[in-house]
Amino acid sequence: MNIHEYQAKQLLAQYGVNVPFEIPAKSLAEVRPAADKLVAAGSAKVVVKSQIHAGGRGKGTFKTGFQGGVKVASTIDEAVGFAEKMLGNVLVTKQTGADGRQVQTLLLAAGAKIKKEFYLAVLLNRETSRPLIMASTEGGMDIEEVAEKHPEKIFKETIDPAVGIMPYQARKIAAALGLKGDLFNAGVMLITGVYNTWWECDALMVELNPLAIVELADGQETVMALDAKISLDDNALYRHKNIQDMRDLNEEAPLEIEASKFNLNYIKLDGSIACLVNGAGLAMATMDIIQHYGGNPANFLDVGGGASKEQVTAAFKIILSDPNVKGIMVNIFGGIMDCNVIATGIVAAVKETGLKLPLVVRLEGNNVAAGKQTLAESGVAIINGDSMADAAQKIVKAVGK
Amino acid sequence: MSILVNSQTKVLVQGITGSFGAKHAQLSIDYGTQIVAGVTPGKGGQFFEHGGKKVPIFDTVADAVKQTGATASAVFVPPPFAADAILEGADAGLDLVVAITEGIPVRDMVRVKRALQGNRKTRLIGPNCPGIVTPGEGKDSHGGCRIGIAPGYIHKKGNIGVVSRSGTLTYEAVWQLTARGVGQSTCVGIGGDPVNGTSHLDVIKLFNADPETTGIIMIGEIGGSAEEEAAEWIKANCKKPVAGFIAGATAPPGRRMGHAGAIVSGGKGTAAAKIAAFQSAGIGIAITPSEMADTLLKMM
Repeated sequence: MNIHEYQAKQLLAQYGVNVPFEIPAKSLAEVRPAADKLVAAGSAKVVVKSQIHAGGRGKGTFKTGFQGGVKVASTIDEAVGFAEKMLGNVLVTKQTGADGRQVQTLLLAAGAKIKKEFYLAVLLNRETSRPLIMASTEGGMDIEEVAEKHPEKIFKETIDPAVGIMPYQARKIAAALGLKGDLFNAGVMLITGVYNTWWECDALMVELNPLAIVELADGQETVMALDAKISLDDNALYRHKNIQDMRDLNEEAPLEIEASKFNLNYIKLDGSIACLVNGAGLAMATMDIIQHYGGNPANFLDVGGGASKEQVTAAFKIILSDPNVKGIMVNIFGGIMDCNVIATGIVAAVKETGLKLPLVVRLEGNNVAAGKQTLAESGVAIINGDSMADAAQKIVKAVGK
Repeated sequence: MSILVNSQTKVLVQGITGSFGAKHAQLSIDYGTQIVAGVTPGKGGQFFEHGGKKVPIFDTVADAVKQTGATASAVFVPPPFAADAILEGADAGLDLVVAITEGIPVRDMVRVKRALQGNRKTRLIGPNCPGIVTPGEGKDSHGGCRIGIAPGYIHKKGNIGVVSRSGTLTYEAVWQLTARGVGQSTCVGIGGDPVNGTSHLDVIKLFNADPETTGIIMIGEIGGSAEEEAAEWIKANCKKPVAGFIAGATAPPGRRMGHAGAIVSGGKGTAAAKIAAFQSAGIGIAITPSEMADTLLKMM
């Protein structure tokens, strides 16, 4: 699960990470009082930041034509003006796709005088099965690009999960970033807090881009998390009630939310051939084989190990809600489950949804003969696929007509 | 011969009284596997009865091992308690712990993996995996060792080793082999999570050392770099033909494809990179999942 920037900063602050003075606003009415507070606290400028689960906000464009999802205002009136152009409107960035995301929350922040920007992240290193802290002096940039062009500018420190982060490790990172004096000590505290956020919140990734040295109104310099992104382990949400409450359904595809209600694992893609498969690996392989034979998969859909009639029916309804879908390929390897039960479920689902699109079914495994007979005798137009390859070729051909 | 388990292996089931654990304990007993004990805390002294067999239930794995001589376990306990169950199995000195449970938090597995570091006695397979099958000699491979949730009857005793991150793709490969009259030495599902106990490479090394295994099918998917590591080792060391398939060429970056570990992130873990590693290691590439068995058989 992903959360918004302002929520990420709330979590980070709980673990001692220095974050700017910021106020979220969910309605226009909340914007002016928030901007007032920031100015009263000594800020000359007010930054208005759109809150969506996607990067590239600053360079994004609203569907209204308004440029920029992050704006710096010199006056309170200007900040309110920006807010009016952002709230409720759809922001398109390089990460949102053409559909964009509706901005429902703004984050109002004190304008910061940035002296230097860094990159800091904590993630799982799959090769070692241990947490890894990555830091770079190249802040505010695309870190993948830095990794590719200047790998020497990325500093890595592996954490022993039995011990947790040791102060010397945070010191090594602060030194690698070139922090000195008071900023060095502040950096050590911040780095430790970022790691602890990752560990204690069951995060998959915590990323500060940028982490920055900022000059405050009184001329003092400090290090703080200017931007923050956190993604969390869905499997661990059961033990974090406060984080569950941060879920924003507005950021999730409606069909994926609907699918999750039936324990279906559905991911919408932009092709025309829908697939319904049992097992994640087989579902990926089914998408691949559709493409191999010249088609385009419309979705990933894993109905799991024990697909019931209700699940299969729900799956068909979800698939058919996608207007791009022109044909369906069902690929089931019934290891333990009875192919005839699946076949009965498919026939019921086709009848209930009144399916008119071409449907190819490939069944294999336990009691497959009875399953195929059920399909053949159902009176429903189902094309039989003998193997995965056969089924994929048949659905590509049927859709291509 | 086979790897890791055989028809004599004594198996206990952690979580035998839950519906999922019970169902698959029954199927393993039907398959002829030596299910000698169950473990459910608080139900020690009771029995799990199926097909005329009475399997004793114990409160702790240590007790079960002491009383029955079990050397392997299948973990079916729910995700919040699974890390504890795995380490309990290791503490009891089991040779093999097979964690079937799906949905264990990453942090729990990071701790488990750290706790098992340096443990030369216990091997963990999984989690989030279909388990392991060494087919038997009877009808529909009856009499073999089945730990986990794989369908036993699709197997056939023979000489091909299968290792995979995905359950249904393993079954697909096994079925293709069996349908062509070709049997398997052992089939291992290592699981779809980002942190797992046994890697592709670990299993490949075991197959390479097993005199009865004459060919290997390795099935991978997007995410991580375990397939690349295995390919590198195979290139330098493996004496047996290996055929491979990688799932997820069409998966969009940044999205988890069902399995927690199946994600292309930061341009890493792509199907293209894995297929290239396979090719450079001389591994036969199955262009589609329908050709996994044929690709290997052509090499043999």
